Amino acid sequence: MGASGSRLSKELLAEYQDLTFLTKQEILLAHRRFCELLPQEHRSVEESLQIRVSLEQILSLPELKANPFKERICRVFSTSPTRDSLSFEDFLDLLSVFSDTATPDIKSHYAFRIFGNTTPSHMVFVLVLLGSWGSSLELILTLSFLASCDCSLDFDDDGTLNRDDLSQLVNCLTGEGEDTRLSASEMKQLIDNILEESDIDRDGTINLSEFQHVISRSPDFASSFKIVL
Amino acid sequence: MAQPPAFVFNVPETPEDQGQDPSPYDESEVHDSFHQLIQEQSLRAAEEGLELRVLPQREPGPETLGASGSGHQALLGPEGVPDYSTATLRILASMPSRTIGRSRGAILSQYYNRTVRLRRRGSRPPLGGVGRSARPSLRLYDLELDPTAFQEEEKRTLLVKELQGLTVTQRDHMLRGMPLSLAEKRSLREESWTQSGKQRGPQGRRGLLPCCSRLRYACGLALHSLGLALLSALQALTPWRYALKQIGGQFGSSVLSYFLFLKTLLAFNALLLLPLLAFIVGVQAAFPPAPAGSVPTFTGLELLTGGGRFSHSVMYYGYYSNTTLNQLCGPPLDGSQCTPEAGGLPYNMPLAYLFTMGMSFFITCITLVYSMSRSFGESYRVGSTSGVHAITVFCSWDYKVTQKWPSRLQQDNIRTQLKELLAEWQLQQGPRSVWGRLRQVAILGFVWLLCLGTTLGCTLAVYAFSELMIKNPVSAEREWELLALPLVVCLLNLGAPYLYRGLAALERHDSPILEVYVAICRNLILKMVILGILCYHWLGRRVGALKGQCWENFVGQELYRLMVMDFVFTLLDTLFGELVWRFISEKQRKKRGKPEFDIARNVLELIYGQTLTWLGVLFSPLLPAMQIMKLLVLFYVKKTSLMANCRAPRRPWLASHMSTVFVSLLCFPSFLGAAVFLCYAIWQVRPSSICGPFRTLDTMYEAGKVWVRHLEKAGPRVSWLPWIHRYLVENTFPIYLVSALLLAVIYLNIQVVKGQRKVICLLKEQISNVSPPPTSTLAPPPHPPWTWAVESVRLPNPSS
Repeated sequence: MGASGSRLSKELLAEYQDLTFLTKQEILLAHRRFCELLPQEHRSVEESLQIRVSLEQILSLPELKANPFKERICRVFSTSPTRDSLSFEDFLDLLSVFSDTATPDIKSHYAFRIFGNTTPSHMVFVLVLLGSWGSSLELILTLSFLASCDCSLDFDDDGTLNRDDLSQLVNCLTGEGEDTRLSASEMKQLIDNILEESDIDRDGTINLSEFQHVISRSPDFASSFKIVL
Repeated sequence: MAQPPAFVFNVPETPEDQGQDPSPYDESEVHDSFHQLIQEQSLRAAEEGLELRVLPQREPGPETLGASGSGHQALLGPEGVPDYSTATLRILASMPSRTIGRSRGAILSQYYNRTVRLRRRGSRPPLGGVGRSARPSLRLYDLELDPTAFQEEEKRTLLVKELQGLTVTQRDHMLRGMPLSLAEKRSLREESWTQSGKQRGPQGRRGLLPCCSRLRYACGLALHSLGLALLSALQALTPWRYALKQIGGQFGSSVLSYFLFLKTLLAFNALLLLPLLAFIVGVQAAFPPAPAGSVPTFTGLELLTGGGRFSHSVMYYGYYSNTTLNQLCGPPLDGSQCTPEAGGLPYNMPLAYLFTMGMSFFITCITLVYSMSRSFGESYRVGSTSGVHAITVFCSWDYKVTQKWPSRLQQDNIRTQLKELLAEWQLQQGPRSVWGRLRQVAILGFVWLLCLGTTLGCTLAVYAFSELMIKNPVSAEREWELLALPLVVCLLNLGAPYLYRGLAALERHDSPILEVYVAICRNLILKMVILGILCYHWLGRRVGALKGQCWENFVGQELYRLMVMDFVFTLLDTLFGELVWRFISEKQRKKRGKPEFDIARNVLELIYGQTLTWLGVLFSPLLPAMQIMKLLVLFYVKKTSLMANCRAPRRPWLASHMSTVFVSLLCFPSFLGAAVFLCYAIWQVRPSSICGPFRTLDTMYEAGKVWVRHLEKAGPRVSWLPWIHRYLVENTFPIYLVSALLLAVIYLNIQVVKGQRKVICLLKEQISNVSPPPTSTLAPPPHPPWTWAVESVRLPNPSS
């Protein structure tokens, strides 16, 4: 068995088990896989808990390699200031959200952040909403996903899915190539339909509660939003 | 633009009013902390509310920045504020939907937002380096100047306090569900631990340890590492973990659902087999009856026919004795006259046979109904009708897929699906011509007629053939002729689905789901009708024809043969059918490549096999073991064939709906049919008089009655048992009562669901009433009153 992977202390293991949706085995497996990404000399337990693995290395994991959302996923879960590396705890966070037992709520919450986390195209701060309606509690809840705000100068992480986010999302789903993406008219039609279906308040964007409302109607989401290590 | 709604909520804003909570739902201290948040936020809102209007003007380009800045100044007057007046805010915030059970979450997310802002401030690059268009808003700037660091700590302590009020399990549960990073959660947990005075963890272990406790510690560590090693070994034992992952990774959830269903069936069979092994087979094997006559030698053909040597083993009903085991008896003819052996418990085989069968069927039934209801709860949501585009875009990516080409395939699938959806949507806009619709209906009727005709033909063929078999009884030497009937049945079962598949190509269904359901429906009708005919053949005709022989053994052997033949045909079909199909489709359509994995047909084959097992378990208690072996082999064969010959289905499936359908089909025609068949056999049919545990009785059920009579004689100590039997089992009234109660519960549930649907409709209407017209381009809507409605629309599942 993996000599490096099974040395997590009992307390730490129990704590991770309490705070994530993972089982002991899964945590151990995750630790072993994480250690495999580290260079040989840094594989001791103390170091493996401290050190951060760069985005490229994480993306080389077979579980993420084929995923068109891989970069977004890693960015959402990274806690480093520049969002380009993952610690072991971030990695556990990621696996926990994508595990079998994670609640649909938390899954849809992170899905929203992954979908909203697009490449830099425009930088609008709709954070204003936060200030003006801060006391309306659902909105606080709604906006509580702004975790990746660490560097929202790099991403349009404005807490809503607008037309640009949606079109990038669709491009991710259909393939980015010139011949594979939908034509402009199709895209427009599709986004119109999506907004028609899910944008309840008609503000032209989809926010977290609207998103979760859509997701809650799809029983398949929880079964497909999974990554098994 | 947005009308100031302040006059609508005309609440006096007196200072003493601030302390009160207008909500009728008082949530004790939690609510107080919550209220404080509101107050604070409303102050902030008053300062910053105006950004809302300014922002969109700023958006068009950097050149308007200055203008909007001045606008900001101009609007800072008192007119801008009433939109978000404190009273309004408080009333809105204290609406029941917002307060019930939310306060905790509110504090949490509030705190969370703050940390996020703090973090952002720490890591932001200097403003000078950023381009003009990428400039952060003034609002953000304000935030930075805000002395929030102090409040930040306050919120955090509030949250920690909140956590301390909970029990340990609740606390962990709550922390687990928070969208915070793990490090954050750990520190929160740590704080709530230490502040509640419970010293735990490394702090407690400081200082010099006494010798014995050090030893204990070392032992604990050793045990711990041993446990970890065992855990990893256990993980390696988890069956098919890697195989299932591989399948899910290459073919997506829909094909995976077939294999998961296979796994479920394995579990069901194991559940059925264990009590049978323990209470019937094991016991009988330990006390073998005296051999009756000569036992034929093993030839090898038995493996196919199930006869010969096998009929004189624990495999079949006929081998089991009708005596009380564990007693010293000479001839096993009349067990009641034997005296119990000293020290041994009497073990009445007929009773054990009857009760074990009944109990294991009952357990299976409960498990089946439970898993069906759970999967219904998961897959059917109230009001889940519209929103197909949004769901396709948001929910269709399968994150389990791990390889490049399936991922590309999935992208292709999603693109095709989106295009089809759009085309369909445009089609719906324009009505279809009458002629086209007429033709569609005609084709549909024609194909259905052909299918039903084929089914009828198959049924007649099976019936005629079975009659023929009865008229020409097979002699013992030519045992292989017994295989003729199963062969015919399997050939029909194999051929007809291909025919249906060909016919289905004629009719072009609008939706792929409908296509699958129609295919399932046709195959199901065929299989059930054939099985029904066979059941009639066994219980109605064979029992009469086999006077003086052990008809139970014969039926058990028939089912064994059917099962083996079904297995052989499935293997052949998998090996050759799919291979040949692959070559054909690769030759014909270079572009399309390998054939799809036909989930519907394969799942129905599994259900058919399981029905055979359930039908035969009374006559051959080891049939579930056979089924388990069959399923195990099938898993590997199907997986290999899938990897080599098939590709992922072109049409995406609603995997969860499908697995619900699979389980329901397993429950409804399959299990229920088998149960009816067995009940008929137990209550109505006279068991054969020369073999089996019930040989002296009129019906199998008599064994229970005889026992009850026996108990009545035994004395008053156990008199309640006959009483129960007389008043609860034989009397029909309790059964009626229970069924009436059950019906009432079902009816009430239906009504509840109906009511929920109505509420959803009302809420939707309300949402469309309160939402402003979509034309407003300047300002976002002033207030989202729909948020609470959205929350309420997501009602809990009625069925779960």
